[in-house]
Amino acid sequence: MITRLLVANRGEIARRVIRTCRDLGVSPVAVFSDADADAPHVGEADLAVRLPGAAPSETYLRADLLVAAARTAGADAVHPGYGFLSENADFARAVLDAGLTWVGPPPEAIAAMGSKVAAKAMMAEAGVPVLPELDPAEVTEADLPVLVKASAGGGGRGMRVVRSLSALPTAVADAEAEAASAFGDGTVFCEPYLERGRHIEVQVLADRHGAVWAFPERECSLQRRHQKVLEETPSPAVDEELREALRAAATAAVTAIGYVGAGTVEFLLAPDGRFFFLETNTRLQVEHPITECVTGSDLVRWQLAIAEGARLPEGPPPARGHAIEVRLYAEDPADGWRPSTGVLHRFALASGGPGTGSSTMDGQVVEFRTGERDHGLRLDSGVAGSSVIGTHYDPMLAKVIAWAPTRTEAARRLASALASARVHGPTTNRDLLVRALRHPAFLAGDTDTAFLATHDLTAPLADRRAREVSALAAALADAADARRRSPVQRGVPPGWRNLSSQPERKRFLAAGEEIEIAYRLTRDGVTAEGFPEVALVGYDAERVVLDVDGVRVAFDVGAYGDEVYVDSALGPVALRQVPRFTEPGEAVEEGSLLAPMPGTVVAVEAAEGDEVRAGQDLVVLEAMKMRHAVRAPADGVLRALKVAAGDQVEAGAVLAVVH
Amino acid sequence: MTTLRSTVDRRSPEFLANREAMLARLAELAEEHAKALAGGGPKYVDRHHGRGKLLPRERIELLVDQDSAFLELSPLAAWGTDHTVGASVVTGIGVISGVECLIVANDPTVRGGASNPWTLRKTFRATDIALANRLPVVNLVESGGADLASQSEIFVPGGRLFRDLTRFSAARIPTVTLVFGNSTAGGAYVPGMSDHVVMVRERAKVFLGGPPLVRMATGEEADDEELGGAEMHARVSGLADHLAEDELDALRLGRRIVARLNWRKHGPGPSLPPVEPAHDPEDLLGIVPSDLRTPFDPREVIARIVDGSDFDEFKPRYGTSLVTGWASLHGYPLGVLANARGVLFSEEAQKAAQFIQLANSAEVPLLFLQNTTGYMVGREYEQAGIIKHGAMMINAVSNSAVPHLTVVMGASYGAGNYGMCGRAYDPRFLFTWPNAKSAVMGPAQLAGVLSIVARQAAAAKGQPYDEEADANLRAMVEQQVEQQSLAPFLSGRLYDDGVIDPRDTRAVLGICLSAIHSGPVRGAERFGVFRM
Repeated sequence: MITRLLVANRGEIARRVIRTCRDLGVSPVAVFSDADADAPHVGEADLAVRLPGAAPSETYLRADLLVAAARTAGADAVHPGYGFLSENADFARAVLDAGLTWVGPPPEAIAAMGSKVAAKAMMAEAGVPVLPELDPAEVTEADLPVLVKASAGGGGRGMRVVRSLSALPTAVADAEAEAASAFGDGTVFCEPYLERGRHIEVQVLADRHGAVWAFPERECSLQRRHQKVLEETPSPAVDEELREALRAAATAAVTAIGYVGAGTVEFLLAPDGRFFFLETNTRLQVEHPITECVTGSDLVRWQLAIAEGARLPEGPPPARGHAIEVRLYAEDPADGWRPSTGVLHRFALASGGPGTGSSTMDGQVVEFRTGERDHGLRLDSGVAGSSVIGTHYDPMLAKVIAWAPTRTEAARRLASALASARVHGPTTNRDLLVRALRHPAFLAGDTDTAFLATHDLTAPLADRRAREVSALAAALADAADARRRSPVQRGVPPGWRNLSSQPERKRFLAAGEEIEIAYRLTRDGVTAEGFPEVALVGYDAERVVLDVDGVRVAFDVGAYGDEVYVDSALGPVALRQVPRFTEPGEAVEEGSLLAPMPGTVVAVEAAEGDEVRAGQDLVVLEAMKMRHAVRAPADGVLRALKVAAGDQVEAGAVLAVVH
Repeated sequence: MTTLRSTVDRRSPEFLANREAMLARLAELAEEHAKALAGGGPKYVDRHHGRGKLLPRERIELLVDQDSAFLELSPLAAWGTDHTVGASVVTGIGVISGVECLIVANDPTVRGGASNPWTLRKTFRATDIALANRLPVVNLVESGGADLASQSEIFVPGGRLFRDLTRFSAARIPTVTLVFGNSTAGGAYVPGMSDHVVMVRERAKVFLGGPPLVRMATGEEADDEELGGAEMHARVSGLADHLAEDELDALRLGRRIVARLNWRKHGPGPSLPPVEPAHDPEDLLGIVPSDLRTPFDPREVIARIVDGSDFDEFKPRYGTSLVTGWASLHGYPLGVLANARGVLFSEEAQKAAQFIQLANSAEVPLLFLQNTTGYMVGREYEQAGIIKHGAMMINAVSNSAVPHLTVVMGASYGAGNYGMCGRAYDPRFLFTWPNAKSAVMGPAQLAGVLSIVARQAAAAKGQPYDEEADANLRAMVEQQVEQQSLAPFLSGRLYDDGVIDPRDTRAVLGICLSAIHSGPVRGAERFGVFRM
């Protein structure tokens, strides 16, 4: 029996495993890098062990430290989560060698599936359809396009699509380098690339007694750079016949390798209905919650039970309805998916839609868990308000999952929850996810791995006018906040004037553009330049209600220093307030000698490159009929001389640089 | 809680007519205020902007905290004179870095910001307010100095400007001067006498004598920058503590200076939350009769000014022509005296004297809401001692040491103006509603009295009385008195601190009370001998 479980991971999956531990009465142990010292998963565990350093290679990828941590904390089992060492057979062996229970498949099964090249051969032998493997050296024009893949890879890393032979050597070299750095194994191979294929996978559970559950399929076709962005179950492209074929293939695959535990068999579904084995993931998948939502199963619970030797009953449980998961990443889809960093000030799914001002989780939202109902929202998040989003780890902030009787209902509910979520911090792919969920092609089930490349969904939900009106709301909330914070005159209406000579002006940056808001608060409300259709209904520091052209719109405003986030039905808007005054003093190069006053250079006593002594006159200025010698502050070399005799200089101008 | 009830009927013809009349007055007032806001007019405003300079109100808007209130004082100064309305200077109370300050800004679009006698009077009124209420003073200077055409009226009294600045400093009331342009000759002593000085690079010009005067006096050849440039003062003379890159930078520096004053108000803070009145201030427009002879219940006004319309009346059944009682405004406790039926009788005078003493005992500021035609006259009242009782009230008002606020809601005639803390009785602030009138007596009464006196004089000399001339005289006097008793006329002469929209009364008084509490609030140690 497992009594104390070390979760050898971080972020949302660590929290996910801890949640099941709580349900089962297992005592969870967390590990944390220095960057994660204040992360939510650390506080939620009973015990936590520090892994010094921040880089994964120093921390979550250190099998020795993790095994030592389990021993020190008195754990009797280890759950690897996903990523990091979850598919590392050596780690599994080290855990077992330490006398601990390994919550995962046998090391041999991991090793067998760890090499994609070998795995494909095994699967072909077991009668599972596979794509032909191509030797990179023998790829011909007729084989194009091809996919270069890392044999030990996953998560899109070490993967390259090649459409011309000339690009192949570079792609192979890059993939090898990336694979070597990410997985410690630079082996790559090639496969035919299906441009419009769908990514279909089957979740399996296998006990130690030969029983296998193959769940209904998941589709994970919406990807960016081979990284899954949206997953759903069931797939709109899979009928009952195909489903049974997929399940049978998956069962055959895991049976062939004597698999035990939770795993996923991934297939590529061609437009003609044929499917091919891609790989087996010998761990829990990121997208496992959608299977949980439609079946009511707790896959982590089954992982622990199987590790304890339990038998799977007759199953799997029947699926009902439809579930969709999206991955909220801290990245900017409009800027080449560039990861964004910074402080996440607030993160919450609001209750009754945008502008309701609620900071609490919706009654229908559950965290890391599937309710008994046939519909709902689930949030699996590794972050909390005021988390710092850094560059050390995966930029995924959270997974949001909706399930409902039908696909359309699930998509609508999820889009709405995302659109109204409070995501106050780094730029995310939230707007793109909402646009995808509302896209006619998506709703028609017309999804394939090229979906995000085919459809440009990078425009923000809030259009320019929405950003402007949101900036007005931000300005008014700021006015209310100013009154609240003022040490005096709190009873006086904001911006009150007995003689009004001009509007109050505030400037904001939104989507790279400056918006100036000029407004006057009067006894009748607000008059704002450029907003003739807008009337003020009410406002305070957190909430502004405006009548926009006869339509009442509520804006929730969250301000954190100069960062302002405005949430409304018009779309979420991130603003940066431009300070009223610019602070003087730009940084100057170290060792710079500045003109102490404006004046004329009357003499230059040294040349560039000269060795100079402390106190030596370098430049002589004349100003206000006074001569002022600028001297070397220390012994050194005159690296730069910026002026010549006769020059006029401003006070503070750089005259020379001495190092 | 004693929440005042209102019996105002918003649909009554009287209410609607009153409202219409008041709106007409407010429209006239807005026109006069527009003159002040226009400064020197579009030509000079454009020229000023063309030089990359800001107008005085633009400077003030950037100086005060965003979304804070600014109460402009004496905006109609010089109204009805040969000088521009506003008197080429802007004064007011604004919040800078959380500190309530008295701001004085020259308007360089009006004759280069030169001072005329009204500029001086308006500035002195502002400095009086700063001194009485212990408000830091911030000068935004750009002035050509004295308007030489009226130098004889300015030179001698003008010395007070510099005397005041150093007395402020001695009283530990900080003075900050931001120099945006000319501040020469006598004007140079404004930065000279200030605690903190900021000068704008290439704009500020501060010297006792400019190049021509220096050449005349000593034969020396020197240019503006050498004699009084910002750079020179920041680096050589030390007159400038801070050198600002431009106007915006000067205002930024000014805000930083105030932020570092370590300013603490000496009066208590508000003791209650600023609950809005239960009744709509909008009704004030319809409550005040367009004909001042019609009395109105001041409780309807109090109910639209004080916190929560909550008012505990003192002696409600005694001396009922004067309403007295306790309330709070923006959380500050307040004693209120308000005329109910114009005339003050002996009872009202004694009630007021007692109430004022109670307020001093409790150290509670007083608000006078004036609508008075004066103390009652006639045999019965003289014999009952109306002079003695009026004197008691004036004694109490004069020697009361708690802060006084006065609002002229309607009539302010005769000694009623004095007893109800008119300008001569130094209320900390005095504001007028646009319908108000103030004079020794009503125009018709005054003309009538003149007529009776003339008739008596003619009779004494046995001369026939020219009825036609009498009628003309009466009409002329009546018209002149009427004109001189109107709000803009009185405001133009600095007899109030501004004419305000009745609906703004609560905000104005709230700002004033908050400013007043920058200084201590103490009751009188003693009063004059009360004649019993």
